[in-house]
Amino acid sequence: MGFDEARHLLSRTSFGMTPAEIRAYETLDYTVAVDRLLSAPSREAATPAPGWIGMGPAEVRRAQQTAEAERRDKPDGRKAEVVRPVQEQGRELKIWWIEEMLGTEQPLIERMVWFWHGHFTSSLQKVRYPAALYRQNALFRREALGNYATLLKEVARDPAMLIYLDGMRSVARQPNENFGRELLELFTLGEGNYSEADIKAAARAFTGWSVNRETGQFVERGPQHDDGEKTFLGKTGRFGGEDILKILLAHPRTAETIVEKLWHEFVSLKPDAAEIKRLAADFRKSGYEIKPLLRALLLSASFRDPANRGSLIKSPVELIVGTVHVLGLPVPEKTGIVRMLQGLGQVPFDPPNVKGWAGGEAWISTYTLLLRQQFLRRMVEATTVAPMEGGMAMSARPNRRADRRQQLPGDDSTMQMMEPPRPVEGRSLRNAGNEARLGPTLTGVDSATLVRTLLPRQPVDGLDANGTPGAVVASALLDTAYQLK
Amino acid sequence: MARILLLVELKGGNDGLNTLVPYADPKYRELRPGIGVAREKVIQLDENVALNGKLEPLMESWKAGDLAILQGVGYPYPNRSHFRSIEIWDTASASNQTLSEGWIAQAFSGAKLAKGVGVDCIVADTNALPSTGPALRTIVMQDAENFLRQANAVKPAAMGDGGNPALRHLLAVRQEINAAAAGLRDRLREAPAPAHEYGQEFLLGRQLDLATRIIASKAPVVAIKVALGGFDTHANQAQTHERLLAFLADSLATLRRNLIAADLWKDVVVMTYSEFGRRAKQNASGGTDHGTAAPQFVMGGGVKGGLHGAQPSLGDLQDGDLRHAVDFRNVFATVAQGCWGQQCDFGLRQVQKLGFLA
Repeated sequence: MGFDEARHLLSRTSFGMTPAEIRAYETLDYTVAVDRLLSAPSREAATPAPGWIGMGPAEVRRAQQTAEAERRDKPDGRKAEVVRPVQEQGRELKIWWIEEMLGTEQPLIERMVWFWHGHFTSSLQKVRYPAALYRQNALFRREALGNYATLLKEVARDPAMLIYLDGMRSVARQPNENFGRELLELFTLGEGNYSEADIKAAARAFTGWSVNRETGQFVERGPQHDDGEKTFLGKTGRFGGEDILKILLAHPRTAETIVEKLWHEFVSLKPDAAEIKRLAADFRKSGYEIKPLLRALLLSASFRDPANRGSLIKSPVELIVGTVHVLGLPVPEKTGIVRMLQGLGQVPFDPPNVKGWAGGEAWISTYTLLLRQQFLRRMVEATTVAPMEGGMAMSARPNRRADRRQQLPGDDSTMQMMEPPRPVEGRSLRNAGNEARLGPTLTGVDSATLVRTLLPRQPVDGLDANGTPGAVVASALLDTAYQLK
Repeated sequence: MARILLLVELKGGNDGLNTLVPYADPKYRELRPGIGVAREKVIQLDENVALNGKLEPLMESWKAGDLAILQGVGYPYPNRSHFRSIEIWDTASASNQTLSEGWIAQAFSGAKLAKGVGVDCIVADTNALPSTGPALRTIVMQDAENFLRQANAVKPAAMGDGGNPALRHLLAVRQEINAAAAGLRDRLREAPAPAHEYGQEFLLGRQLDLATRIIASKAPVVAIKVALGGFDTHANQAQTHERLLAFLADSLATLRRNLIAADLWKDVVVMTYSEFGRRAKQNASGGTDHGTAAPQFVMGGGVKGGLHGAQPSLGDLQDGDLRHAVDFRNVFATVAQGCWGQQCDFGLRQVQKLGFLA
């Protein structure tokens, strides 16, 4: 298929790609390459799970209360430095997923886990029980390329979701509408395809689906369930949650919602209504099999159209994790990456709201574009200046390679909102990062190939192709076209 | 004369009934046995309504007569989706109409603006929709010094090759950064720090600090936007909501003191808004679900204080929700006239200007 098409395919299905990775695909037949990407054999993460995933919510809450009490009790009125389990587990969970993204051999699976995380959102901020989010993430990985109907049914019983959208508190006497509303608006039909009465009916049908407070597992509480008659989307019966999902899965809008979102994520910002309807019909007919749908998307003429290359904007995760991968930067400490993602607006397990991340052009505002450039400049410097000075404070916790040098610089982004504003510094960043020192991923590659690897199209700002390879890499990373995929 | 609008978005749907409390209505206690604000915890404004006691810092402004409370603001056929409803507000659309341009940008459609600095609106939170549109240049900025330092390092955008829409968007944003930085640089550096510090418990404090500096810099912007999030209180609402209200009131009181000290209070109109209020009846989780009408606060040296609009009746609910008394587009029309001298009907057949801005 050639270098440029291989690059395009990988840029849409992985987190950054090195010249060697592109070359491994360029000689393949295109269909063979797509099937290889989709074959992803493992449905589990390779990174070992954090140690606390067996803790029940009640246990976490008790430990949290103890920590909060100790924190308050310092005599001088200042808050004592106490590790609070909810915050600490949340931090470890984010780092766990970043390790998986950096180390995975199946990046497409991780891209799909992100897709489902952004679709069926749940947030640490509200759930406050990280083990449930770990299990939800495992579910997304298991069904990443599996079956959407299965995924929807599992999500409706997923403890993190039941906590996030208040399903666990929804009882016959007073149904809570939060989950019912988002199920219709965001997860399946989309706005404008149902009435307020449908939301109320759905909320009643799901009453009694809850979470065991000791084990953190799904539980059905019969006495809390409203088994009365309901009218939902024109059908009447003594519906339970399963019946509602069945009706939604029979509705053509459900498949269209998913295909529209996948199109936006993988193909283009311009939806092709006819093509989406066709793919959605096939998707529904297949019983919601995800792999054939994604295969059809990747093989579509729209996806392969050379004019489509570089027409999507990289998400923060693609930008940061991808750059680390391409530069081959060692990352002994992942907190720096979490901070960058926070600044750019895409923290794992912490979507901005139940709608997830808007993506597309919304990734780029005057604020985030400046921050993206600043982080890229830092990463260029991080390879140039071998041992970075300063960096982030290392904690003395075990299993942390505190003796290793911080390679990824800490950021002083404006998102660390609680810090006082910094004084103006005279130094200009204009001349920072003129040249990248190349690691093994890029060493020995000629300048033309470096540019074709890093940029999906002609550079916007014009590169000096006669510069050293390090200078070419630095200016390609800082070129506006590098924001595109 | 022109005034700067400082827009304060309360994200998630602020519970109007626990903000401006109909304390004298027995139905309020019936509907909210668990989460209603206790009578001894409210500040009476008249014989019907009272402020949540956590809003006490706003009383200085109330007593000075420069705090207007607009009661029962909403719109017909209310939508209870966060995303759709905030879009309706931000674009001043009807419930069944989708617009892409923000209401502030609409107000300036075809108007001539002084091009003193390269920016007309500064958004310190992340939602820039109200000022999005071709008439205005909007910058999203969360910290002035970092903005200027980073903007220094951005090359001027190479125009010409527009490429695809994604690239065009990137180039347009780059262009905005360059123009805004050029216009703001010197003014912001010379602007004095606020006299009183803002609380830092929520990002709003930091955003108001930036807003105060921009106003003090005399940069000729038409609007600044800030936000406080966390109002989507479906469960165990009381503690969260009280914390948010207390911070909001304290921050706005500090803003008022700062702008009075700088003799700029008369040049600014502060207005809160939220995508919707909440259901009149509490739910089983000690919270409230998405509702409809709610009050708005408007403050400023040129504001005519007091109660405006009408408190929706708890005895006349529609599907368990309050009926709005004032269409928010009338509020926007009043602001467009009172702040910028722009006549706008925002699609209303007949605009009813409210009396809170001379």
